[in-house]
Amino acid sequence: MNSSQATATRVSGSSKKLLSSIRKIATSFAVILTTLFGLLVITFVIGRLVPADPVIAAIGDQADQATYERVYKEMGLDRPLYEQFGTYLVNVVQLDFGQSHITKNTVSSDLARVFPATIELATLATIIGAGLGVPLGVVSAVRKGTWVDHLGRVVGLMGYSTPIFWLGTIVILVFYAKFGLIPGGGRIDIYNEGLVEGPTGSLLLDSVLAGEWEVFLSALHHVIAPALILGYAAMAYLSRMSRSFMLEQLRQEYILTARAKGLGQRAVVWRHAFRNIRVQLLTVVALAYCGLLDGTVLIETVFAWPGLGQYLTSALFFADMNAVLGSVLLIGLISIAINLLSDIVYRFIDPRTR
Amino acid sequence: MMKNGSFTTLHNWLISEDFTSSRQARLHKAYVAWLGLLANPLAFTGFLVVLGLIVVAIVAPAITSYSPYDQDLSRALQPLSWQHWFGTDEFGRDVYTRLVYGARTTLYISILVTLIVAPIGFMIGAMSGYLGGWVDVVLMRITDIFLSFPSLVLALAFSASLGPGIENAVIAIALTVWPPIARLARAETLTFRNADFVVAAELQGAGMMRILLRHIVPLCAPSVVVRLTLNMSSIILTAAGLGFLGLGAQPPMPEWGAMAASGRQYLLDAWWLTTIPGIAILIVSLAFNLLGDGLRDILDPRNG
Repeated sequence: MNSSQATATRVSGSSKKLLSSIRKIATSFAVILTTLFGLLVITFVIGRLVPADPVIAAIGDQADQATYERVYKEMGLDRPLYEQFGTYLVNVVQLDFGQSHITKNTVSSDLARVFPATIELATLATIIGAGLGVPLGVVSAVRKGTWVDHLGRVVGLMGYSTPIFWLGTIVILVFYAKFGLIPGGGRIDIYNEGLVEGPTGSLLLDSVLAGEWEVFLSALHHVIAPALILGYAAMAYLSRMSRSFMLEQLRQEYILTARAKGLGQRAVVWRHAFRNIRVQLLTVVALAYCGLLDGTVLIETVFAWPGLGQYLTSALFFADMNAVLGSVLLIGLISIAINLLSDIVYRFIDPRTR
Repeated sequence: MMKNGSFTTLHNWLISEDFTSSRQARLHKAYVAWLGLLANPLAFTGFLVVLGLIVVAIVAPAITSYSPYDQDLSRALQPLSWQHWFGTDEFGRDVYTRLVYGARTTLYISILVTLIVAPIGFMIGAMSGYLGGWVDVVLMRITDIFLSFPSLVLALAFSASLGPGIENAVIAIALTVWPPIARLARAETLTFRNADFVVAAELQGAGMMRILLRHIVPLCAPSVVVRLTLNMSSIILTAAGLGFLGLGAQPPMPEWGAMAASGRQYLLDAWWLTTIPGIAILIVSLAFNLLGDGLRDILDPRNG
């Protein structure tokens, strides 16, 4: 084979590679689009199931028949379902989720206001959960069958089984009411409120950026209990998963080889086995984050944390369907985004998927 | 001694692997699983607690002398005593009694959800794995869409739009629980899809339903049962979460999550109102997790 032939083969090889990766990206894009579409179908269906009359919810039951019919038409309820769904799609794409009946604001502006508080809480909880859970799982796997493993198992199972709203309530009872160690709820002390209006929407980050240490401490004091409780739930899941991933690796023959070469325990565990579970861990950390969005709904209600969860539950309470659907859609979108992100990073750090 | 002797005979018959009938083989399998359960103290504890829950739910009226509904405001918020083991609530109702009747609510919800979800999840997953092609793509896409919602949030949205109430809570929870079962059933079906015995059945002219029900179901059953047992715990926690937010069982029906929620208003004066139902939820959900964990070691060692 002369050199020009070799170049030609190389070029066609790389263009094939390019094609296949384009196809992969196109497929995952199509998958995301269908998932988004499905998400919208579900929220639309939920919106249509409502037994409460949306017209009465908007104008009250005092209005006369003529007004009722006018609003009924205005809301497009006389048109066929697929047209209504089309309108819904167009509105959602324009980030128009309608108006909230309680706050009288547009739902999208409400969501923009409450969203950062939830992300702050869930992110902090994920960091706590991964920071404690992954080492616990790794140690449990390495010392399988010892007391560390049993302790890890009990801690994990308790985390799986504890009703999180109840744990939050008990923590408030003991640490706030009895000992006065933590604040009773909310995101910050009243006299520190509004001092920092930052770029990120996370009070912790914003107060550091602004150099307002007093605000930072107050925010930290408020976030610590709910974040620890949610972090515990995440830890339970992550320690269990990392334990079983590690066990899988430690059974492999390359570990035996590494040991036979005379590598120390630490190098075998962390440099060999752990390196190989990072990719799997990433996926479950993403899943844990999505699971925490569930937990935040309950924990925010217990700790009066002004985030998406509390917004959602108070909207539920007043049958404010626009706000409910907007929140549910947003939570679904966050889940998809997180999984997508973990997928991308996955491709980045796992050489086999390149 | 005689009794013990016949017990030993039975044991030997069950443990022997020289089967003389298919019935003996089946009983042998169940007996070995039972011995495995006995040998695993944590799983056996879980089993006992679950059994206890079922017994308590059945005999509820026999083990308490109060009604879960009768109010007596003169006896409101009494602390723990011999008359009222777990105190009384804000309406003077006996908390122990409501806890006992609440076991019925919990079992009702979790069993009903499981009965709805097991066949649906199984059929969707098995058809997806068996037929493959575009059926697989469509069904798994739908499954993934449902999986992309955090389950409590989806259940919240559904029960908000269906209206509060225990039946609607059951439907809402069922809608969130089936996807993992479908995924599992699909994965299990795929491993048997091209096995010789399935091909043989196809060549004999067996239809899809017959192959799925006669050949695939029995093989998937162990891992699906394990999954369902572990699911019980999340069903109970979701149901309690819905009850806590006022969307599950409605008052005055005794439900543990709702009991814990209503106790929050009296948290400082009557700690037992919230604490005790929460401990009940914790114990029962822990028991299902322990049992499911143990069953997995026994029935489905591949996925341990």
